[in-house]
Amino acid sequence: MKRFILPLGVFVALLGFLWVGLRLNPREVPSPLIDKPAPMFALAQLHEPGRVIGPHDMAGQVWILNVWASWCVACRQEHPVLMEMARMKLAPIVGLNYKDNRDDGLATLARAGDPYMVSAFDQDGRVGIDYGVYGVPETFVIDKRGVIRFKQIGIVTPEVVTGKLIPLIEKLNREPAHG
Amino acid sequence: MVKLFAVLTMSLALSAFAATDDATLEKRAVDLETELRCLVCQNQTIADSHAGLAVDLRREVREQLAQGKSEQEVLDFMVQRYGDFVLYRPPVRSTTWLLWFGPFLLLAAGAALLISRLRAARSRPADAPPSEETLQRARALLDNNKEQP
Amino acid sequence: MIPELGSFALMLAFCVALLQGVVPIAASLRNNGAGGAARWMALARPAAYSQAVLVTIAFACLVHAFVVNDFSVLYVASHSNTALPLQYRISAVWGGHEGSLLLWVEILVLWTAAVALLSRQLPAEMLARVLGVMGLISVGFLAFTLWTSNPFERLLPAALQGQDLNPLLQDIGMIAHPPLLYMGYVGFSVAFAFAIAALIGGQLDAAWARWSRPWTLVAWSFMTLGIFLGSFWAYYELGWGGWWFWDAVENASFMPWLVGTALIHSLSVTEKRGSFKNWTVLLAIMAFALSLLGTFLVRSGVLTSVHAFATDPSRGLFILVFLALVVGGSLLLYAWRAPSVGLGGRFAAISRESALLANNVLLVAAAGTVLLGTLYPLFLDALDMGKISVGPPYFETVFVPLMAPMLLLLAAGPFLRWKQAGFKDVRSLRWVGVAAVLCAIAAAVAVGSSPLLVMGLTLAAWILLATVWHLLQRLRVFEDNRTRFSHRLGSLPGSYWGMLIAHAGIGVFVIGVTLVKGREISHDVPLQAGDVHQVGGYDFRFIGAKNVQGPNYSAVRGTFEVTRDGKPVATLSPEKRQFASGGMPMTEAAIHRGPTRDLYLALGEEVAPGKWVVRIQHKPFVAWIWGGALLIGFGGLLAALDKRYRLKRSGRSAA
Repeated sequence: MKRFILPLGVFVALLGFLWVGLRLNPREVPSPLIDKPAPMFALAQLHEPGRVIGPHDMAGQVWILNVWASWCVACRQEHPVLMEMARMKLAPIVGLNYKDNRDDGLATLARAGDPYMVSAFDQDGRVGIDYGVYGVPETFVIDKRGVIRFKQIGIVTPEVVTGKLIPLIEKLNREPAHG
Repeated sequence: MVKLFAVLTMSLALSAFAATDDATLEKRAVDLETELRCLVCQNQTIADSHAGLAVDLRREVREQLAQGKSEQEVLDFMVQRYGDFVLYRPPVRSTTWLLWFGPFLLLAAGAALLISRLRAARSRPADAPPSEETLQRARALLDNNKEQP
Repeated sequence: MIPELGSFALMLAFCVALLQGVVPIAASLRNNGAGGAARWMALARPAAYSQAVLVTIAFACLVHAFVVNDFSVLYVASHSNTALPLQYRISAVWGGHEGSLLLWVEILVLWTAAVALLSRQLPAEMLARVLGVMGLISVGFLAFTLWTSNPFERLLPAALQGQDLNPLLQDIGMIAHPPLLYMGYVGFSVAFAFAIAALIGGQLDAAWARWSRPWTLVAWSFMTLGIFLGSFWAYYELGWGGWWFWDAVENASFMPWLVGTALIHSLSVTEKRGSFKNWTVLLAIMAFALSLLGTFLVRSGVLTSVHAFATDPSRGLFILVFLALVVGGSLLLYAWRAPSVGLGGRFAAISRESALLANNVLLVAAAGTVLLGTLYPLFLDALDMGKISVGPPYFETVFVPLMAPMLLLLAAGPFLRWKQAGFKDVRSLRWVGVAAVLCAIAAAVAVGSSPLLVMGLTLAAWILLATVWHLLQRLRVFEDNRTRFSHRLGSLPGSYWGMLIAHAGIGVFVIGVTLVKGREISHDVPLQAGDVHQVGGYDFRFIGAKNVQGPNYSAVRGTFEVTRDGKPVATLSPEKRQFASGGMPMTEAAIHRGPTRDLYLALGEEVAPGKWVVRIQHKPFVAWIWGGALLIGFGGLLAALDKRYRLKRSGRSAA
């Protein structure tokens, strides 16, 4: 008798998983870099190619790394939110200009405004690979000790800012810079 | 003169080496690329994908192999940055034991079922011979059939 | 007007389906359908016919909307375009979610009508229940269509121009693939309906299996052809040279096929010996359950697949609930009724029954494995245990060891007698085995070997030689000289030929797969006009690239001259097409097909002006994959047409 119930039991378990699955996004690839040190880089700056920028320059403070490109349509949607974040002085935002043309990148910032403290120029995308970038835009929150604590895949919306970024940054600001 | 000859021979030999090295390098690179998932399209390997990221990662694979890295080191590089999602061959660890050993278990369960059914079928008592009523019905049906054109 | 007519027809069909689903079954439960209930049960047939007419009207309305470019219908505007050639405007009907769902329903009502038409010999209460179950399935799908996915939804104000059919779908392969595949998916609902009807009535016997089997065979054959066409299309259309990727949606069609294969074999045992009754019923439920699961996976967004329709979690929820009701309900019915069904005939440890049981176990284990691999990423994600990918390397590693014993058994099975067989039945096969190994070694030496290659070829030769040997034995070629040979040949039933051809098809298929996987050569090389590249003994000379114009696209066409030992073989022109409606450029591969090899050319990127990366492939025996699949499908249809299934003039099938 028991073995006739077995198929039903297996099926019900399967249903449970499928039901949960409806809420998940199979395309989203979470980052394995959360709670790991932000990968090192030393890239030429977008505005001043002679100067170099890297995570070590931001040590001791909570900061945001935003990956963007002039060819990225979604970035234009995100841009006003970034401008607002810069105005709010939430945390310094460092841009990573990903696989772009320097002139196009500069033109985009000139036209739409520059929310970035500084933009790093990652022409061949190698730094992007180190950060596990697979789609633009992506945004990282890095703490005072240079550890990645959060990654936003896709655009930063006002809901993300109020719901996730502000609370997180406030929490990280309370953490000590060393120890 | 001898030195020149020696140098020429050596360079010839080395270039032949390099040629075969290129071919094996190419093969190793392609084999690796078919194991890695393109994160942009997500339904192709980076060997087949035309996405910008796939092109970049293919370049990365070739450069690392040329630098002498092993296949496992290249795969580890990718996993460190993109997670297990980038591997089309899921790693064998505690969370994937069921995946890798599942087929075995299914087969074993099936075999156990098979054996138990065979035993049951063998030891089943023979069917009782049909009753007189059933035989009469059968005869009637068969006669009916015969009468049809 | 016409789209509203279509919508209305669907609503009427829904009402009829409700009637068809509820009344006959309820009536059949009163006094087992005797007396007054008989009239209510008789409602089933006309209801089935009416549904067929109504849904066909709705379907015709949708086709009409596409043909006349009615962009006031949202679905038409999203999937069509005035520049689209007529045949694609028609096939665009099933190019998206809503329309393909309507195709599903259309095929369902056609199958239902066919069952109503061709089942005169069924006892009335059985027919009532079968049609009733199919009616209930209709209710579910029509409800889904009407409530969440109405293809007749209006777009007001109407669009001036449509968004065009996905360029990938503008192809003859895609015209035929969904209908064929759905004939299979939906066809399994007939076997399902028969199984449920049998469970309701508590009557599971050989007669039931005989009624059920031809329907199942036809559905299975169509499924084979549908999967084959999908694979064949992917091969020439997608430009990567592969033909099977173990993608979630491919697996979604493969799982019901595997269980369907187990089902047709199990049905033959139940038909001939009255055994395996419970198991056959369970298989019938599982086959259709996997069909429905496939529908869910493709339309809910739960798994990533390039094949998936535009996804909407609310639709996913609807299908999930439907799946829960249909499969959950039937498994509940199974758990309740199966124990009282009875055991069936005895058979020995070595017998055809036991071989077929082993076949079933292997096939179901294979289907379970595919399910495990397909859903495992979802399992882990749901349990918050990380995100992994399960792709071809996994499936190929686990699937081959599962299939190898099956292939071994496949050849030997037909030699075993029913009920009790012994080693003497298969003794003659030892020579076949030796011959197979020799064949394989010879081939491997000729082609170049690796252990997997030799194993694959040995199994294929084993199957083919054993199949031929079985035919020779059956024809009593070596003994009986009293009856004429042509008479003996003609007296072999269709089901026998079907089995032979389908089994041989598997052998042919294995040869193709083994050789392509083992000996394929693929190069991605940058070429400029004038460059020559050699692959597999063929020389490919790149003549140049030029721009060409198609009906709704512009393309770059590369021309290649292919020679072998200086002798011209072909001129191939792969293209990269950019469709006027936008989107990513499509690769149109150029393939030179031959019985022993395909030459495959596809354009990659232009890395410098005039310099293109080209994918050149030499694929030995890939045509045997297609040939094998066609043989398998053909064999199934042949078996379904066996005269013992056909109606006798007297209206009763032979006992």
